[in-house]
Amino acid sequence: MLSPTMVVLALVVFYPLVAAMRESFYESGQRLDADGFVVEGEWFAGLANYAGVVEQRFLNAALNTTLFTVVTVALEVVLGMAMALVMRRAFRGRAVLRASILIPWAVPTAVAGLMWKWIFQADGVANTLLGTDILWTADGPWAKLAVIVADTWKTAPFVGLLVLAGLQIIPSSVYEAAKVDGSTPWQTFWRITLPLVKPALLVAVLFRLMDALRIFDLPYVLVGPRKQSVETLSGLIWDEATRVHYGPASAYGTALFCYIAMITFVFVKLLGADLLSDVRSRGKEARDVA
Amino acid sequence: MWRRAGMIGIALYCLVPFYWMVVSSFRRTADIHDKSPLPAPWSLESYEAVFAEGMGFGRSLVNSLVVAGTTTAVTLLVGTMAAYALARLVFRGKNVILALVIAVSMFPGALLIVPLLKLFTTIGWINTYQAMIVPSMSFALPLTIWNLTTFFRQLPYELEQAAMIDGCTAFAAFRRVMLPLAAPGVFTTAILAFIATWNEFIIAVTMVNDQSRQTATVRIAQFTGAAKFDTPFGTQMAAGVLVTIPLVLLVLFFQRRIVAGLTAGALK
Repeated sequence: MLSPTMVVLALVVFYPLVAAMRESFYESGQRLDADGFVVEGEWFAGLANYAGVVEQRFLNAALNTTLFTVVTVALEVVLGMAMALVMRRAFRGRAVLRASILIPWAVPTAVAGLMWKWIFQADGVANTLLGTDILWTADGPWAKLAVIVADTWKTAPFVGLLVLAGLQIIPSSVYEAAKVDGSTPWQTFWRITLPLVKPALLVAVLFRLMDALRIFDLPYVLVGPRKQSVETLSGLIWDEATRVHYGPASAYGTALFCYIAMITFVFVKLLGADLLSDVRSRGKEARDVA
Repeated sequence: MWRRAGMIGIALYCLVPFYWMVVSSFRRTADIHDKSPLPAPWSLESYEAVFAEGMGFGRSLVNSLVVAGTTTAVTLLVGTMAAYALARLVFRGKNVILALVIAVSMFPGALLIVPLLKLFTTIGWINTYQAMIVPSMSFALPLTIWNLTTFFRQLPYELEQAAMIDGCTAFAAFRRVMLPLAAPGVFTTAILAFIATWNEFIIAVTMVNDQSRQTATVRIAQFTGAAKFDTPFGTQMAAGVLVTIPLVLLVLFFQRRIVAGLTAGALK
């Protein structure tokens, strides 16, 4: 019963992965052979495709990706946590609140990009409200802020939902005990809520990290493709691929893959978000049942 | 008091930018830059412009529906079987497969498109539906398997045992007993997979450059140059609203299920 899944994953994930890694060491196009004829084909290029990794454009894209990831995930955790704490106490109007919190999550990223582009127009509503004349969507430092705002708007509610689910499984008796012991709300939050909600929070952060590191459509729509100030690694790879520079595109893709894998590994190791052991223990349960 | 303020704050945070898009879409092109909270007068000008000849927007909605619908259907078919096997059957290497499924969702789409673009160019799949459907399964399938495995595990094993004692084969027990019971979970997963595919961008923008095959998310992002008005923002907002409406309806009707589905994989 697993074989269809395996076939699909092999075709759409493992084949591209292996092909991309191979491609990243090859160069294709035309060159002269030993007799002076033009031949077309591809040949081993060693690390030539990776040369771009130390160049300005790649480093800039890597820096942008990292900046967006760190800032947006940090903001989303703070905002998401705050939202979850409010929603846990909400009884009346809970359905309305839940529906509205799902809206930013459901809006397609491309549409969210357009929406914020409109809000951030030179004569748009953001400048009117702020009383400023900032060119948010032009290539420049403000464009970074625009992307960060738009991304945070779209994904903080998602973090909030995951954290809320984590909050709801904390037994109320723990809070009653804390109250009896005279804990202040501040102490209750740091000593009880945060440690107990940590597993759910870490999973949410991990999801967001992996997602934020491959951010592509938001800067593409909000500011535009090939804009230096907001070009991310995915944007750079896409640009190289559509210009048929498969070699460098694959090399950068492999680099991005390694970057994401490394961050995930460090995150899981450092913070003990032990997803795989969970899989293992669940597997054990299933075996016990059988 | 604080609680009330917090709730209103969250609702405003989530809805105000969206509200601005909706309001702007109902303004006339002439007063698109108005900052009044409600359009005066209301106008459907932008919506007419969206469906004007040559915009290809209606077509792109159909394309999105075909791509997201087919991906969801195929993914469910394949993913349900896999999830059932992972939840119930005992075999060697099962944990490796589950770990792989999680790892797959970590893959950057940008890496996958390079070889797939090359492959699809070779076999002539550029500008076809399947060039969008097949790669979309790379994220829809892990999502489906992960959600459904969680769901199948919650169903008691005795149900199948009872069915098998009554003479069902293992497969019949799955099809006649488990599948109907799992229908709510499958349905939830279908909604999530559909929304994920509907919102997909990087694959669709790479594999298709023919306007008549573009999905809606790609089409509206490219309105800018093609419009004959000085700023196509009204048109873009109207198109944005139209692309989002199906999703907003899904959210309104199935919010409880969606929240359950979103958080299921993360908690258990």
